[in-house]
Amino acid sequence: MTVAVGLLLGLLVICALAVSIIKDPVAAVLVQLGFSTVMAVIWLILESPDLAVTEAAVGTGVTGVLFFFAFRRIGLIGGKGEKKE
Amino acid sequence: MKRKHEERRPLRTAYRVMSVAVFLTLITVLLLVVSWLAQFGGGENPAENEVYKRYVESGTSEGGAVNTVADMILDYRAFDTLGESNVLFTAACIVLILLRADKDPKDGRLLIPELQAEPLHGKKDSILRGTARILLPAGLLFGICIVLNGHLSAGGGFSGGAVIGAALILFAMAYGPEKLEKTLNRKTWSWLVWSALLVYTLLKTYSFYTGANGIESIIPLGEPGRILSGGMILPLNICVGIVVACTMYAFYALFSKGGIGSGGK
Amino acid sequence: MVGSNLRSNNFMVAAVIIFGIGFTMLFLNRNLVKKIIGFNFMDSGIFLFLASNGYIEDRISPIIQGGEASVANYINPIPAGLVLTGIVVSVSVTAVLLALTVRLYLRYHTLELDEIIAKARTEDEQ
Repeated sequence: MTVAVGLLLGLLVICALAVSIIKDPVAAVLVQLGFSTVMAVIWLILESPDLAVTEAAVGTGVTGVLFFFAFRRIGLIGGKGEKKE
Repeated sequence: MKRKHEERRPLRTAYRVMSVAVFLTLITVLLLVVSWLAQFGGGENPAENEVYKRYVESGTSEGGAVNTVADMILDYRAFDTLGESNVLFTAACIVLILLRADKDPKDGRLLIPELQAEPLHGKKDSILRGTARILLPAGLLFGICIVLNGHLSAGGGFSGGAVIGAALILFAMAYGPEKLEKTLNRKTWSWLVWSALLVYTLLKTYSFYTGANGIESIIPLGEPGRILSGGMILPLNICVGIVVACTMYAFYALFSKGGIGSGGK
Repeated sequence: MVGSNLRSNNFMVAAVIIFGIGFTMLFLNRNLVKKIIGFNFMDSGIFLFLASNGYIEDRISPIIQGGEASVANYINPIPAGLVLTGIVVSVSVTAVLLALTVRLYLRYHTLELDEIIAKARTEDEQ
């Protein structure tokens, strides 16, 4: 087990723990997108370039679009006068 | 009200302690199982059997694609990919049912009852338009390149479709969705999606029919390594890419303005 | 009682821990968006576990180069195909759950599950 692989896997577990502690939903979604990006690098280490491209495009891109447009519809970001609930 | 709140305090702490206990038990049991599994990276694992041998050795001659994973999901196991495209389309239909806004009875515009954020469509934002002017042609070309190269190297319909969908969303946000929906109005959108799924189903029905009855299929395999090779893998990749791109645009339109408009007057 | 491969199966250990954390996020968080993120973590943990079963040492990714298609050079492509389907299904489930969350917010004006249940119960009693 090389040091780089161990560091990346540790980063994954730390991201997962951090998301369960953060209270603000917007910040939690941002850390989740970072988790997806590290996951794309791990797919490359496991020698699957198809999975890496799909995880980066679909897992990070589409999930990010969905979450942020849902937050805009609710009013958590970009709101008129910060209507936070 | 205060007494109920105080009674709930020890219950809530007990609930949290029990959740952590369930978590620790789950991880302990699963880690014990992982320690008994076969070694990671070994060549003689039970997962490496004759199916793997067949896919790697005869993949190029039977499927025609150089990328073994694309061969597997679009030729040997294409029925699973049809199910997956249907799952994506079903998710778009469910989001449509939940979030579509009503139409104004006089002129057919969409009325969004409670838009909590500032509307951002079509504001003449110079940063957004300058970025879109550079990124849009590159993004569309890159997405089309990923879709067309699915059988030659990493890529395929899903990631290419996601990049094309993202380029469409960027255009709608920078220049206003009315401009995009002159071409991609509701009728065109639904026609695109269901005809892509129908073409996929018909191509694979032909493949099932010839396989089940032992007839030789007439689709030429071409020379592996060129773009026009791989039998039906290239048209199937294009169909999947269209479904994914249209679904992404529909998610954006439904979440932010309640639906795809009906195009110009 | 403990087998011998715990130190070498490091990808699977991380996958199991991520699955456990995602599962516990469903219990411990009351915000609906955090529960949706918990679902995403559970999915990602399972995908990491599945795809790490296909890796074989000293072999490269299954894009056949140079016309030499023997099994001794390439990793197993089958788990990668299964995970590809799974990633798209995970995104579809997230989309449906987010649409439900938006509708719940527009009706009850809160994202905490306890308050939604309390408000629905008082509405039922009236």
